[in-house]
Amino acid sequence: MMYLIGALITILLFVIIVQIGKVNELAARLRGEEQAARDGNEWNARMMLVFLVGFLALSVGSAVYYYPYMLGYGPNILPTIHAPKIMQLFNITLFFTGVVFVITHILLFLFAYQYRESKNRVAEFIPHDNKLEIIWTAVPAVVMAILVVFGLMAWNETMADVDEEGTALGAVKIGSGDIKEGTKDYIEIEATGLQFNWILRHPGKDGQLGTKNWQLITGSNQLGQDFADPKNIDDIILDELVIPKGHTIRARITSRDVLHNFDIPHFFVKMDAIPGMPTYFKFTPTMTTEEYREHLSQFPEWQVPAEEDEPNGLQRWEAFDFELACAELCGKGHYSMKKIVKVVTEEEYNAWLDKAESTAFYLNEIRGTDDDPFLDRPTLQIEKRVREYEVKQNPPAPGPSQDPSTTPQPEVQPGIGGTTGSIQGGTTGSTTGVTGTSTIGTTIQNAAATGNTAVNNASNAVSTGVQSVKNAGENAVNGVKDAAGNVIDKTKDAAGTVIDKTKEAAGTAVDKTKEAAGNVIDKTKDKAGDVKDKMKDKNPFNNN
Amino acid sequence: MADLKHNDELLVEEYADYLYDGFHDHHHGDKYQSGFISHYIFSMDHKMIAKQFLITGMFWGLIGGLMSLVFRLQLGFPEASMAWLKPLLGKWITISDTGIGTLDPQFYYALVTMHGTILVFFVLTAGLSGTFSNLLIPLQLGARDMASPFMNMLSYWFFFLSGSIMFASLFLNTGPFSGGWTAYPPLSALPQASSGSAGGMTLWILSLVFFVVSVLLGGINYITTVLNLRTKGMSLWRMPLTIWAFFVTAILGLLSFPVLVSGLFLVMCDRGLNTSFFLNEIYVGGQALEQVGGSPILYQHLFWFLGHPEVYIIILPAMGLVSEVLAVNARKPIFGYHAMVYSILAIGFLSFIVWAHHMFMAGVNPFISNIFVIFTLIIAVPSAVKVFNWISTLYGGNIRFNPGMLFAIGFVSLFISGGLTGIFLGNSAIDIPMHDTYFVVAHFHIVMGVAAFFGMFAGVYHWFPKMYGRFMNDTLGKLHFWGTMIGAYCVFWPMHYTGMAGVPRRYYSFTTFDFSGQFAATNEFITIAAIITFGFQIVFVVNFFYSIFFGKKQTTRNPYGATTLEWTTPINPGHGNWPGGIPAVHRWAYDYGKMGEEFIPQVEPVSEKEKQYDEEHPH
Ligand code: HEM
Ligand SMILES: [Cu+2]
Ligand SMILES: [Cu+2]
Repeated sequence: MMYLIGALITILLFVIIVQIGKVNELAARLRGEEQAARDGNEWNARMMLVFLVGFLALSVGSAVYYYPYMLGYGPNILPTIHAPKIMQLFNITLFFTGVVFVITHILLFLFAYQYRESKNRVAEFIPHDNKLEIIWTAVPAVVMAILVVFGLMAWNETMADVDEEGTALGAVKIGSGDIKEGTKDYIEIEATGLQFNWILRHPGKDGQLGTKNWQLITGSNQLGQDFADPKNIDDIILDELVIPKGHTIRARITSRDVLHNFDIPHFFVKMDAIPGMPTYFKFTPTMTTEEYREHLSQFPEWQVPAEEDEPNGLQRWEAFDFELACAELCGKGHYSMKKIVKVVTEEEYNAWLDKAESTAFYLNEIRGTDDDPFLDRPTLQIEKRVREYEVKQNPPAPGPSQDPSTTPQPEVQPGIGGTTGSIQGGTTGSTTGVTGTSTIGTTIQNAAATGNTAVNNASNAVSTGVQSVKNAGENAVNGVKDAAGNVIDKTKDAAGTVIDKTKEAAGTAVDKTKEAAGNVIDKTKDKAGDVKDKMKDKNPFNNN
Repeated sequence: MADLKHNDELLVEEYADYLYDGFHDHHHGDKYQSGFISHYIFSMDHKMIAKQFLITGMFWGLIGGLMSLVFRLQLGFPEASMAWLKPLLGKWITISDTGIGTLDPQFYYALVTMHGTILVFFVLTAGLSGTFSNLLIPLQLGARDMASPFMNMLSYWFFFLSGSIMFASLFLNTGPFSGGWTAYPPLSALPQASSGSAGGMTLWILSLVFFVVSVLLGGINYITTVLNLRTKGMSLWRMPLTIWAFFVTAILGLLSFPVLVSGLFLVMCDRGLNTSFFLNEIYVGGQALEQVGGSPILYQHLFWFLGHPEVYIIILPAMGLVSEVLAVNARKPIFGYHAMVYSILAIGFLSFIVWAHHMFMAGVNPFISNIFVIFTLIIAVPSAVKVFNWISTLYGGNIRFNPGMLFAIGFVSLFISGGLTGIFLGNSAIDIPMHDTYFVVAHFHIVMGVAAFFGMFAGVYHWFPKMYGRFMNDTLGKLHFWGTMIGAYCVFWPMHYTGMAGVPRRYYSFTTFDFSGQFAATNEFITIAAIITFGFQIVFVVNFFYSIFFGKKQTTRNPYGATTLEWTTPINPGHGNWPGGIPAVHRWAYDYGKMGEEFIPQVEPVSEKEKQYDEEHPH
């Protein structure tokens, strides 16, 4: 049935087309062939003008329409150092080619119209004109020379890599605003393409990427990192690329299987990824993702919901991210190799790196297993750093068996600093005694207040602590009132109670803080997991 | 002296001067042309072979065009169901529980690859150069046939074989090759990396090798014929620009296609013999390959050493046809004939030293790119000269807008638009953001794809009477022109903008990324424009086949008032082209409007009066 319908439609089409042709020819015969030919010629000549005007108008009109979409125009400013220079070259070229485009098109269609056939004219015999020809050979040659010079300057500046000493040529560090040429200061990151994903690797704090060997690749060791190379120990596999603004980044680009291409459109960064032969692209971001979003937020076309079906969700500018794509055909999932590139400030970057160290692949997957070449080394530098970082983040609570009279440990962190103050206040009150109740109370209250501010992150826990300190203070006051003779003893007692209770309170505070922090971490982990799962869902070829 | 302008019953002996070659004394011509098979199928007559190339090219043009519509539907209407294509595409359409049919990404890439391969090689190389070199070289030079009619026949049949193999690959279980028309390894070398690289790639290579055999057999013939079989008086500097273009094209093909074969041969070795010309440190399909030490970049050098000349192999014949059609219908000499010839030669030469401009971002040493930037932008100079000369040819003319002329004018517009974007891409720094984006797609479709098609259409409409003794329908031709001109710009112009927003080419879906997902409306527009433009090509096909049998009959020998030799043959030239001797040539091909004469054919001797005129107007 379908074939029949198809055949019928084809025949019908054929007949219609033939009829259109025939009708006109019949009409022509009626009018007289010559007259018809002349009319046809006039019509086409006029159409040349119509086309000319329409074409030029639409090419300008469409450029205006697409202005807010093209990189380097409208809201889409270019957040790397080299990209605006390329854009400038693009615009110079656009100027020259635009002039040529308009002039040649006007002449082409205008001449076509102007010199349409006329019975009263014989065409002129103009076989050539040496002067004209020399001019229009020389002028394009000069323009091309200009473009070549500007072009090669931009190209060689952009593509300059590192020299033998490892100094990044033309590298820049914006820092406080001054640009230093040729500093060694670049961060090398690595992107490895595979069907169909990017594996991003950060060199860790040693700044050096560990060696890899494709024959070592396994299901978990996706890059084939060679862990006998100590440089691999702190290398971190990333879910998204995090780079600091104002630093030269040197992307080391490789592939595990077929060709890919490391493409960050907004940065004007693009380079093939080739198995067995690393390539490099050096660039310096000049805006953080956050700053770029802020910039976009000024434009009405970015102040709309990011997802059409979620009118109350994020706005487009809020949802914006720099994206890493693949720009070399690599198979059926070529279109889906997406990673986010996040540009942050230097401080954020350092904080991120401190934290991210603990996720180093070696630490989590290799350390302590049979594959670990450093089993005999009890503690590695990175482990020390990670532990110190953890201690800083989650300080341990003082043990309950501690002698009340011992001075607090130096490790005790600001979170309980306030409580320390209250203990001292209590002790001071007990020794002076004479100063009387009010002093002690005030001191205790002051101390509690200090404690309050210091532990304000876990306000619940702290308020419990404050309550107990207050109670203890009241006990002390009562003791002083009851027995004037036993003032000192009682005060001592009271002070003891204060110390105990404060300790207790502090313990509670610490525990609760820990719990709260734990919750936060768990939740974050859950969310991160969700996000990852979602990304995986979106990318059917993700085999990470 | 023969009156070419009015007398159609002319015998060749009536020419003032002719070349007697004893051709008809032997009467072998008829022996070769008698049976149906030797006349229509295994023909050795260059005119019949030209028609075979043309019709085969049209067949492939339709297939390649339809393929593009399928993948354009995917890009323009990603949500729409393709279930209706299930009867045609079978397992490559997956039907979900809700009845929505989706195109398999693997097959999407196979379609893109086949589309590119078919159009570049089968349509715009064989269908264009094969058709018109065969038709016009002997006719415009005054030759009985090609130097070797037998090799010429083989050339077509190797092309046919090549096409048949490619066609067969469409039906493979693993699908046709899907790694892009450039077939970069390792993707093309590893069946583990893509199912299209299994049997599909083997057939693709086989097909292209036979295709190259076809091109070489044809090319050797064209070159030999041009060098050896010109009639009396036809010096090189009297040849029409068509012949110059075909001649240089054949040389380019001869020098560059073998390099492609060597590249493909090495890919074959990597596939079958465990060599590693292009493979290095690869882990694929859960396995680390042993092959090390190869370089995928080497293949790209070999490929583009053909690939760039190939784009000129496509465009030069179109330029030649357009130059001729413009001059004849403007009734004026082509402006700057010598400059036109020199620019063809310059383009031909330069096209061999710019290939790495396709590889700026391929990981080659950036320093090398400097040289290729310089040569690439130099090519713009002879290209610009050609454009200015075409435009000047119109100046002061007396222009007839027949369909051939319309397409020739359209060609100039397209070549300008597409050539100018080449200047962006040729500058390596600008190529960083533009490489492998839709900007490149727009560039090469306009400058090569559509422009070459326009050259071909100009040729078909103009020389249709020479092929079939009838005219194509004028009204349908003009409808075809305006529909295609407007439609093609609507399809390809917006792609510049999406490319400038960074949208990469060869993407099955744009919605993975935010930066590429913002053009849903544009993509819909492009797809609709593509469907409509394709519809206008149907008008052409119908017009073509209808006119072969029912078109308006050609009644005069030289209907356009052209100067060149093909219009001195009988309306339906038999084998050997001219009865009796071959006319001799006395002047160049572009004496239009000289001394107030509408045109002076090449066969007409220079009169005393004219000699005097030439002395007074030295150039
Ligand atoms: C002014 C003259 C021209 C210049 C400077 C030029 C430059 C370029 C450059 C640099 C590229 C590579 C872009 C990229 O992949 O990033 C390119 C691609 C291309 N050009 Fe041109 N071009 C010119 C004219 C032509 C002509 C006349 C044709 C064909 C008739 C042509 C056909 C192509 C094709 C087919 C591609 C894409 C190949 C692919 O990657 O599949 N170009 N051109
Ligand atoms: Cu890819
Ligand atoms: Cu090229």
